[in-house]
Amino acid sequence: MTDTLTQTSAPLPDSPDAPTRAPRTRRRLDGGNGGTNWWLTILIAVCSLTVLIPLYFTVVTALKTPDQLGGTGFELPTSIRWENFADAYQLTNFPRALMNTALITVGAVFLTLLTNSLVAYAIARNMHKKFFKGLYFYFLAAIFVPFPIIMLPVVKETALLGLDTPVGLILLYTVYGLSFNIFIFVAYINSIPVELEEAARLDGASTWMVFWRVIFPLLSPMNATVGILTCVWAWNDFLLPLVVLSDPTAQTLPLAQFIFQGQFNTNYPVAFASYLMALAPLLVVYVIAQKWVVSGVTRGSVK
Amino acid sequence: MSSTLTRAKTPAAASTTPARARSSIARTPRTFYWMVVPAVVIFFGLHTIPVLSGMFFSLTNYAGYGTWDLVGFSNYINLFQDDRVLNSYGFTFGFAIVSTLLVNVIALAIALGLNSKIKFQAAFRGVFFIPYVLAILIIGYVFNYLFANSFPAIFTALGLPGLSGNLLASPDFAWIGIVITTVWQAAAFNVILYLAGLQTISADLYEAAAIDGASGWRRFRSITFPLIGAYFTINMVLSFKSFLQVFDQIVALTAGGPGTSTESIALVIFRGGFQGGEYGYQMANAVVYLFVIIIVSFLQLRILQRREASFS
Repeated sequence: MTDTLTQTSAPLPDSPDAPTRAPRTRRRLDGGNGGTNWWLTILIAVCSLTVLIPLYFTVVTALKTPDQLGGTGFELPTSIRWENFADAYQLTNFPRALMNTALITVGAVFLTLLTNSLVAYAIARNMHKKFFKGLYFYFLAAIFVPFPIIMLPVVKETALLGLDTPVGLILLYTVYGLSFNIFIFVAYINSIPVELEEAARLDGASTWMVFWRVIFPLLSPMNATVGILTCVWAWNDFLLPLVVLSDPTAQTLPLAQFIFQGQFNTNYPVAFASYLMALAPLLVVYVIAQKWVVSGVTRGSVK
Repeated sequence: MSSTLTRAKTPAAASTTPARARSSIARTPRTFYWMVVPAVVIFFGLHTIPVLSGMFFSLTNYAGYGTWDLVGFSNYINLFQDDRVLNSYGFTFGFAIVSTLLVNVIALAIALGLNSKIKFQAAFRGVFFIPYVLAILIIGYVFNYLFANSFPAIFTALGLPGLSGNLLASPDFAWIGIVITTVWQAAAFNVILYLAGLQTISADLYEAAAIDGASGWRRFRSITFPLIGAYFTINMVLSFKSFLQVFDQIVALTAGGPGTSTESIALVIFRGGFQGGEYGYQMANAVVYLFVIIIVSFLQLRILQRREASFS
């Protein structure tokens, strides 16, 4: 993989009159890339098939009738059965699960962005004070606490407090994301010059106003990062809804798949149609906003 | 309001105007306290209290319902004689070590490929990142079917009857299926992180190395790898920690089976705690697990950080 780096080296100065014509020719040949490595492109393309084949498999299986399932399963369907989706839609009560998941995800993202950035701001700007520095490390230490140790007690607690609901889940995602989010928000806020806030304060803005009018808008790149991470987490999470939610009508999409799997495990095409419907919403969002999602996650890591 | 400036900029001036300084110190921080105190209270309530109450109940024989008595450290002593628990630690660590190494090696290789002069770079990057947005539970169900039906059919057709069994039905090899599924899903996120790291390396360094006649492997070893050392450390620590908590894909692939051969620590805590009436006992398990994760994370950080380099 690494020896491809050789290809990136400068063009060979083979003849004295080459520089005048060579650049144009090269640009036409490989789009101005300065030497595309086709072998590596092919290798990467083959590797990308490992990602695409299981997805292809999910799609074709969801379109088949049960009697077409023999063989390797990679064959294209001979006749398409769209009713698989209608069946899955009804069996898993898809619209309800979708609504629950969407509600929890949107709620978690909003509450996380509004509160976690605020806490991080207060900590970042008062890091010289013992209290805030202590808080910073208190929150950070929680990154090392695995969820299974909280799992049993928090179920008791949420049941006791009436938080065994989608609203409770929103709160839990906001709280459990706090550690990591504070870590990346604080790093980012430290890079924002304090002078900007001081100018606003001179104009008579209160600390709250400074945060909402000056700091929060400047945080947009980090808000995008935290928003994407929280969204993917809350949408796909299985364990927390499994243990916390007590009302069966509050089921999320992954939870509905789990229960569906237990009840109708023989009809694979319908099961796959149901998987596809559960995976589709986030996949569609990702395809549309791909560039944005990738750069969002990247930014979080560069900090 | 502008008096806050005195606090921030000229602490020396505070002594000359004590009244103003005191009022600003009293006022501005109060707003900051209001910003954090509700969060601290809720965090303490929903995170720290469960941890503390869990630690307390690990010293009891609480079943999850009914009455309980303090039993001292007997839960902890029993843990070390419980084959099911010991087996789950063995499985979880083996799984996490293999998966962490594979995910990081594969993700780094893909990121290196994506970072070099290839065609359709953006499209390939988009493809490799897809698994990140897919729920591992559902991916697990898809792979479950692949392992049970498709792969055996393919191997039979290829004339390899030795491989035509269901991988997940074998007590010795089911863990490999879990590793494959996990790596498929988790590599995506690490690819993006490594790619971010690779893009911070200046092309000048490679050009200088090329002039010195360094080979591709030599350049990777002497430039690329040391410079993305911080990313390597973070990725190793975070993926190892998250793989030690493996749960979803096991539920979807093997449900801990065959027998209890692929039961992870999280699954044992879940089953024993919720279904087996072992609340106190599994909390002891969870406390041990917490300390194991903390120790392992710190060891990893110490060992890996020594390898990092920075040219600045």
